[in-house]
Amino acid sequence: MNHALPLLVGIPLGMAILTLLLSKVSARIADFTAFITVAVTTVIAFMLMGSPVHTYWMGNWFPPFGIVLVYDGLSGLMLLIINLIGLLSIIYSFSYMEKYTAKPKFYSLFLLMLAGMNGVVLTGDLFNLFVFLEMASLASYALVGFGVEHQELEASFKYLILGTVASTMILLGIALTYSMTGSVNMADVASTLSAMPAKTTIAFAAGVFLMGFSLKSGLVPFHAWLPDAHPSAPAPISAMLSGVLIKALGVYAMVRVMFNVLGAMPIYQDIMLVLGGISMIVGVLLAVGQYDLKRQFAYHSVSQLGYIVLALGLGTNLGMIAGIFHLINHSLFKSLLFLTSGAFEHATGTKSMKKLGGMGQLMPVTSTSMVIGSVSISGIPPFNGFFSKLLIIIACIASGHIFLGVLASIASVLTLLSFTKAMRFSVFGEIPEKLANSKEVPFPMAFSMIFLAVICLGVGIAYLVAGPTFTDIFLQPAADVLMDGLHNNSVNYITTVLGIGG
Amino acid sequence: MIEYVSLYILTMALMGMGIYALIAKRHIIKKIIGIVTMEYAINLFLILVGYRTDGIAPIQDSQISAAELAARAVDPLPQALVLTSIVIGLGTLALMASLAIKLYEKYKTFDMSEINRLRG
Amino acid sequence: MSIKELSRDDSLGMTIIVKTIARLVISFIILFGCYIILYGHITPGGGFAGGVIIAIAYVLLMLSFGGKVAMGKFSNFWASMWDNIGALAFVVIGFLGLTGGYFFLNFINHGTPGNLISGGFIPLANISIAIKVGAALYAIFIGLSVYGRIITEEEK
Repeated sequence: MNHALPLLVGIPLGMAILTLLLSKVSARIADFTAFITVAVTTVIAFMLMGSPVHTYWMGNWFPPFGIVLVYDGLSGLMLLIINLIGLLSIIYSFSYMEKYTAKPKFYSLFLLMLAGMNGVVLTGDLFNLFVFLEMASLASYALVGFGVEHQELEASFKYLILGTVASTMILLGIALTYSMTGSVNMADVASTLSAMPAKTTIAFAAGVFLMGFSLKSGLVPFHAWLPDAHPSAPAPISAMLSGVLIKALGVYAMVRVMFNVLGAMPIYQDIMLVLGGISMIVGVLLAVGQYDLKRQFAYHSVSQLGYIVLALGLGTNLGMIAGIFHLINHSLFKSLLFLTSGAFEHATGTKSMKKLGGMGQLMPVTSTSMVIGSVSISGIPPFNGFFSKLLIIIACIASGHIFLGVLASIASVLTLLSFTKAMRFSVFGEIPEKLANSKEVPFPMAFSMIFLAVICLGVGIAYLVAGPTFTDIFLQPAADVLMDGLHNNSVNYITTVLGIGG
Repeated sequence: MIEYVSLYILTMALMGMGIYALIAKRHIIKKIIGIVTMEYAINLFLILVGYRTDGIAPIQDSQISAAELAARAVDPLPQALVLTSIVIGLGTLALMASLAIKLYEKYKTFDMSEINRLRG
Repeated sequence: MSIKELSRDDSLGMTIIVKTIARLVISFIILFGCYIILYGHITPGGGFAGGVIIAIAYVLLMLSFGGKVAMGKFSNFWASMWDNIGALAFVVIGFLGLTGGYFFLNFINHGTPGNLISGGFIPLANISIAIKVGAALYAIFIGLSVYGRIITEEEK
């Protein structure tokens, strides 16, 4: 019997508590245990990749009475990204978090957040999704305000209020769905709803769900917390938040509930197209005028999430593949960008573009990583951003939304403009006198940045050289799950979980 | 379900009061009270979903058989869900109260419109 | 100092009426909390409600006798230690289910429903949750009242 699925949730949860107990003995043990835990979960996620779709019954209670954990193509891909970027963030924070007090508590909260995110992508039960979502969110509220300065506390408070409103809306949606169908198991709800005629209550529940998950993922007009929370957090937490959390809690939960559980109505796809399109343009227009490095990256997160939701809302196979590919790529290069800006701040003490300059000569490793991240996000071949953005534009035009394809191209050009500005101010140019003796960052930080940069280049070249094979291994199983929900009333999903024919 | 519509409307009015307190007041503690009211209104709604007229409590002892319990008892599943939700609300409230105290130490005011150093 | 001398000392906590009643009532509150925990699988209540009641007993001790006496009986270090132990016990119960084949499997003999000793590991889970919640709520109360005092300009 394969026990790998609950271990992915249980091991970080147990080690989060054990880290606090062991740290009273010595402070160095916390580093070691956190690293071992996340390394173990990353290895498990890698080994599960490529296995067929299977479920796990918690406590040997059969569905729909018990909680099931479901592993399919989409879950496997998300697990891979979450654990890999978590591992690199922990390696980065060995030396970055030295200047904060209470370092073991940081690792404990980080492991709680990781356990919550693993649970969100694995679960097959609506209320269990809510509980794991709250676990990850509460840990991230505390982590954003970790160094208790003025701006971190203010950003954490704003994030907390808006996140709690989002969770309340999601709970309201779960209550409405339960009242209509009598069950909270995802497959059971899907099979009951596909046999019922459409009712207004379900449309209202879908609207409330869409509002809650859009707040969690930072789409316009629900983006007000994102430019405050992501710059104020410590750099490895910014990388986790912007790279993984808004995708696992926002985009993944949205498409899972909208496409697989609530059935397919064209009105949901239109709303996703509109939200995605507006986020793309507004995000990049607000980002061009920023002079703070991390705040500009946070606005770009809003814009790139607009790309992902736009592609996923198109409803065609090419759109799904493009959206999921851009999701992976954005995790990789946005985490890289936030880690490099943290390295700049660690070495020089500032993150304002007006005060940096000419770091290319003093800190070669960090500057090269930042240049690689910037050209990836702007979409320059042969890095990975070019292929995913090209696929999104082709998918838009192929399904008839030519105006959205033009908008995506304009947003891409403006992204290149703003990153040229970021690179010119921070990497090229002259060195101001105050920062003349900044040194290169220590080895753990440099290792994470180099690893992510190599993966960015590697994914791009792998797609260039062996495109169809790459798509078949990684992207097509995930797209199949979503297409099954959208066009097929989730028959495959229901058969996997409940074991009977729909 | 149609006979309980007045109960659901009252629950939604309670949630509306919570939203009003969150949006219209500027004091941090009043905003926190608005959020807590909103959360408890949704918990109340979830319990009311499982209500049955003239229902008995879903507890089985030696005097009631299983079949009679299934016919007359209120639904026990929403009660279990609401227990979890109340605990989550407690954790969020503890975090909000600690952040409010720390904000007062740093900014010397409880007025939310003066706490705006992050702008642009 | 014995508890009677602490009651008569007017500089600690509240007046003598409050202290006398609190002295008599706190043990019964803890006993009531233990009843709710242990019978959690038969009557309404369970781990969370019982844990809150036990935390309230210590909060009453702190409110009526003052912070120093309450911290002497249940200090900051032990609050966080019991918190960790309760949570770890719950996760260990989940992992022990793996011996029967599944995570969180009910592996102890079930017994007949309606007795005190029945229901598998549910009473053990109730007790560990109660320890965790009681210690955590007491730690939150200490953190907000004793350590969270806002230092104003006059006191600096």
